[in-house]
Amino acid sequence: MSLIARHLEQNGIPTIIVGSAKDIVEVCGVPRFLFVDFPLGNPCGRPDDRAMQERIVRQSLELLSEANEPNTTVLSAEVWDNQIWRENYMRVDDGNREELAKRGAELRIQRQSRVKRDES
Amino acid sequence: MNSPVAYIDKTRLFYEAQGFEAAYQYAANQETPFQSLPKPLSQSRLGVVTTASRYFREDLEPRKVDYGETSVIPERLFADDLSWDKEATHLRDVNSFLPLETLHKLNEEGVFGSLSSQFVCAPTEYSQRATREQDAPEILAALQADEVDVALLIPL
Repeated sequence: MSLIARHLEQNGIPTIIVGSAKDIVEVCGVPRFLFVDFPLGNPCGRPDDRAMQERIVRQSLELLSEANEPNTTVLSAEVWDNQIWRENYMRVDDGNREELAKRGAELRIQRQSRVKRDES
Repeated sequence: MNSPVAYIDKTRLFYEAQGFEAAYQYAANQETPFQSLPKPLSQSRLGVVTTASRYFREDLEPRKVDYGETSVIPERLFADDLSWDKEATHLRDVNSFLPLETLHKLNEEGVFGSLSSQFVCAPTEYSQRATREQDAPEILAALQADEVDVALLIPL
């Protein structure tokens, strides 16, 4: 999505990204970015929380209007209910290392068979 | 105060643990374009772009840019094929990632001039070249055809 923001901006359409993967967006470089520090999936607010969603969307439109230089990141003040997701997402530890290696091997077999099927 | 999650590092370690050798190279740029608003937001037509899809996509299925009507809030959108935190949350409330209900309300308030007639579903391609050379130009053309002045982009 960051690449799309850059293309639109280069062609005259100002953009604002609302997202939760700060490093991925910032390393690509985008004009305006509202960083919502939530688990990936609900950058516009907690499910069914219309009040929070409205605050986030309002702030994104203010940032769209007010930013005056590229790479402008603003941190939303909204906070997720718990913080355990920070460690759990894509966790790799001794408890799941063997399972992940097995899953990776299965994925490679699936992909190879798909490529063969597509080529036949 | 928590530090933001280091997704680039996490992704690399996760796929290494699965035995994939080459780490994904995220797009990185030194320069960033910037376009000032051509007119006040209150007079601007707003486009909206999501990475979710209107139909179920298989993991390796070919992707394409797709469109939906902003006047009809979809009951659900699909993103099983994308990386998001499927343990911590869910996508059953479309407005949590494509806030059409909120946008209609803010439009009625006059926060922005008008909402585009269509929202855009952008495919998140593994190939950055495909995004740059095919999808981004197609999305630009679609937004221009919809007379969009400014765009709200929401990756999951």
